[in-house]
Amino acid sequence: MFRPLDDKGGKAVAIEIEGRSQIVPAASNLAAALLSAGFSPFRTTPAGAAPRQPYCMMGVCFDCLVEIDGLPNRQACLETVREGMHVRRQQGAAAIGEKGKAR
Amino acid sequence: MNEMVDLAIIGAGPAGMSAACAARACRLSVVLLDEQPSPGGQIYRGIAEARDDRLAAILGKDYAAGEEIYRRFVACGANYRPATTVWRIGPDGLSWISAGRSGELAARRVLVATGAMERPFPSKGWTLPGVMTAGAGQILLKASRLVADGAVFVGCGPLLYLVAHQYLNAGVTVRAILDTAPRENLLPASALLPGALRQPHYIVKGLRMIAALRRSGVRMHRNVRAVSFSGQDRLEAVHWRDRSGEYALECAEAFVHQGVIPNLNMTMSTGCRHAWDEQQLCWRPDLDALGRSSLQWLLVAGDGGGIGGARSAALSGAISALAAAHDLGRLDFTAFERESAPLIAARRRDMAVRPFLDRLYRPAQGFRIPEDEETVICRCEEVTCGDVARAVGEGCPGPNQLKSFTRAGMGPCQGRLCGHTVTETMALLSGRTPQEVGYYRIRTPIKPVTVGDIAGRIENAEQGAQHEQAAAD
Repeated sequence: MFRPLDDKGGKAVAIEIEGRSQIVPAASNLAAALLSAGFSPFRTTPAGAAPRQPYCMMGVCFDCLVEIDGLPNRQACLETVREGMHVRRQQGAAAIGEKGKAR
Repeated sequence: MNEMVDLAIIGAGPAGMSAACAARACRLSVVLLDEQPSPGGQIYRGIAEARDDRLAAILGKDYAAGEEIYRRFVACGANYRPATTVWRIGPDGLSWISAGRSGELAARRVLVATGAMERPFPSKGWTLPGVMTAGAGQILLKASRLVADGAVFVGCGPLLYLVAHQYLNAGVTVRAILDTAPRENLLPASALLPGALRQPHYIVKGLRMIAALRRSGVRMHRNVRAVSFSGQDRLEAVHWRDRSGEYALECAEAFVHQGVIPNLNMTMSTGCRHAWDEQQLCWRPDLDALGRSSLQWLLVAGDGGGIGGARSAALSGAISALAAAHDLGRLDFTAFERESAPLIAARRRDMAVRPFLDRLYRPAQGFRIPEDEETVICRCEEVTCGDVARAVGEGCPGPNQLKSFTRAGMGPCQGRLCGHTVTETMALLSGRTPQEVGYYRIRTPIKPVTVGDIAGRIENAEQGAQHEQAAAD
């Protein structure tokens, strides 16, 4: 489990993870914020429903895919947290249409 | 009409930032697009953020060297576009998306500086949550100040030892270091040591780091083989073998590493010539000494053109920018020669250490080509080594046909995490060279985009056309 190196204080924002409010450092990387909140897994695979979590943290592995504000397939490691952001685990294939609240 | 610039640069690591500075000095108009929210690439990730003395001390002075490049970059006058993903490049320029917006950028030259990624570590259980690359661990430390207590470090190569060393500097417990560098590498590598000693600071730094790790009393195993990971829903233990027997160690996080390889998808998508590099065991674009590819409009600088490290990347960025300025008629040949010669010489000197490092930390075959049938090669589609072997047995000739046989390489990562393993595994199974086997044909979009993103692009283009029409009227 990842933890902050030290308590630096600083600004925080509230995001919603699977419907539960979580206070995270302002302007932090979303994947980092989710890891330190103990969010696991980030997604399950479409092929075998296997649990996944970030592997590369630099945008190449796509194992950190989550649903952000209703949009599926977002790379958490390339996102910055925003106050009120809604994050959901992505189960299997990305849902589309009504269920996925696609644009 | 859409905007037109002299040079579009993709990637804000040392190569991209230096290229922007050199191009601006030649008065080229420059746009630099980067996926991350702030400059630095992976090596200098988080360089723009304020650091206190503690983090600065943990990361060390090679990281701090990025600050000078960063300061020059922000002052150079390039148009910098962070948090922007480029999903197509071509002779006319590129297409990008950023926070739901999308657009086109026309460019006379495109310089790809997308750097390196870590070589895949195909092994049993490597897809379990809790197994991540050493680079990922370091990114969490550098950019997010996060650490994991009691992690096991597995693999070989300078980055693995560096991150372990940074953890120890931070006072974080390291459970064990499992060093997979094969002892058979020592002899062939030692023959290359004299060349490497022309750049003694790399050797001195490495020796100091390894000595510090030994002194720290952290548990170390060498000549480690047959690594696997186990756990129910996430990592619970790492298993391995060495000459004295079989072992297992409980842990919640494992940081894995087998060196780095060029981040290929962007250059591959252009159809420019690539070749298999026997020294670095990876694909790389075929480039001249100035970073020019087989396509006139495309240049490649930094680790994306072959692994050389941060210093060489910064030098190659500047060299390629000068080449682009010369080719566009903005720098005469005499000035080009005068300015590029010292950079080319410095880069050649810096690269002197590479043959030694590449040979010393050449990953053993078992870490590149899985020995166990059940090992997942393609993480996205969960295609195993056994699946690939069966396809080859059924007559599947290469990586592109393997897609229809098994779906390998067809998931969201677009082959990034399996391409090298597939090339080498198919080569071994069919008795051919990696060059003969080839690589996946990479197509646009090189990052997954939604139909909406592409529709946005068409909409923008139509608006552009209407504006043009209006202007003509």
